[in-house]
Amino acid sequence: MNKTITIDGNAIPFEDGQTIMEAATAAGVYIPHLCHHPEYTPHGSCKLCTVRVNGRVCSACTFPAAEGQDVLNNTKDLNDDRKLITQMLFVEGNHFCPSCEKTGNCQLQAVAYYLNMLDDHFPHFYAHREMDASHHEVMIDHNRCIFCTLCVRASQQKDGKDVFAISGRGINKHLIVNAQSGLLKDTDLEASDQAAHICPTGAILIKRTGYTVPIGERIYDHKQIDEVALAEESRPLSKEIDHG
Amino acid sequence: MAKIRIATTSLAGCFGCHMSFLDLDERLVALADLVEFDRSPITDIEHCTNCDIGLIEGGVCNSENVHTLREFRKNCKILVAVGACAINGGLPAMRNFIPLEECLSEAYLDGLGVENPQIPSDPELPLLLDKVRPIHEVVKIDYFLPGCPPSADVFWAFLTDLLEGREPSLSYELVHYD
Repeated sequence: MNKTITIDGNAIPFEDGQTIMEAATAAGVYIPHLCHHPEYTPHGSCKLCTVRVNGRVCSACTFPAAEGQDVLNNTKDLNDDRKLITQMLFVEGNHFCPSCEKTGNCQLQAVAYYLNMLDDHFPHFYAHREMDASHHEVMIDHNRCIFCTLCVRASQQKDGKDVFAISGRGINKHLIVNAQSGLLKDTDLEASDQAAHICPTGAILIKRTGYTVPIGERIYDHKQIDEVALAEESRPLSKEIDHG
Repeated sequence: MAKIRIATTSLAGCFGCHMSFLDLDERLVALADLVEFDRSPITDIEHCTNCDIGLIEGGVCNSENVHTLREFRKNCKILVAVGACAINGGLPAMRNFIPLEECLSEAYLDGLGVENPQIPSDPELPLLLDKVRPIHEVVKIDYFLPGCPPSADVFWAFLTDLLEGREPSLSYELVHYD
């Protein structure tokens, strides 16, 4: 007989070694997330996938599924916390959606829409962050980086390179690239690399492609992120995942 | 029944949200049966008094914006942040990363084609704030209508909810930040 956990009262089957996120996704249950991607080692940093497991607060993307777990996911309390986390992400960076090429295709924005986030609640930092447009095909806008490390992981685990890293701690945390000059043009990043396409926000963009799909016809303009994420992430994976 | 009084203003905005409001088109006729406008670019009334709803477009970029916003808060039972700029500062807030002195120099001293270069200093001109701020950082805001601009359907959904005594809510299709 299949082993099961319950999520919001529903029995969800799991296999040994699966995280709560993986079991939920396979069963068609959406748990909001930004730093999680099914093809990469979980990072557990964005905390959007926070669930309650037998009353205890855990990150669904890193927590192993186990018999006897009673998981709360889609509750008002958890979604209110997720909205606050998303609002903190918005005020920490500089997310001006009307002037961002990624609008409508942005997962940060889509999660905010999903959570019905109508305002930013907190005072804005308006931190001064630079742009790096030195590379001929790819640009970095640090204003929009949420430190999810997906580009770091994609570069290492998929592209076999080591282009990106996170440097500094706390409020001084920032994305760096692997070049003496600190410029993207002096790295071995290519536009075809997975790391150049994985960014959930508009921090890493492929140049000259931003408006090929008009605003209003983009991924999340009419479809919610739960529907899109479940369709994409419940597909068979291209390789075995190493959970570190 | 007395009509609901609405006041509107644009602070550091582009009036795009007001234009979008006018996109209500024929629904404005139905709305006019239920509401009347107090201070607003639509009426040219200069100060608001005892209003039910205040709609604020734009963030706060100068001292006059602060006074106007406080006047609205004092006189409106329900104060609403309308559009991206009111909610997060929007495009005007992109000057926050450039020192104010540099902004003024570029516009009035060193800019291409500037004649008789001087920083405007007439005492009637409101002083610029160091940074453009969203309005919820200055006064309490009751509701937020995101969008650049919020569509006419957003205004309609919000106002009809309020007028019919429901807690306003926006469906997925109506929530956009762009």
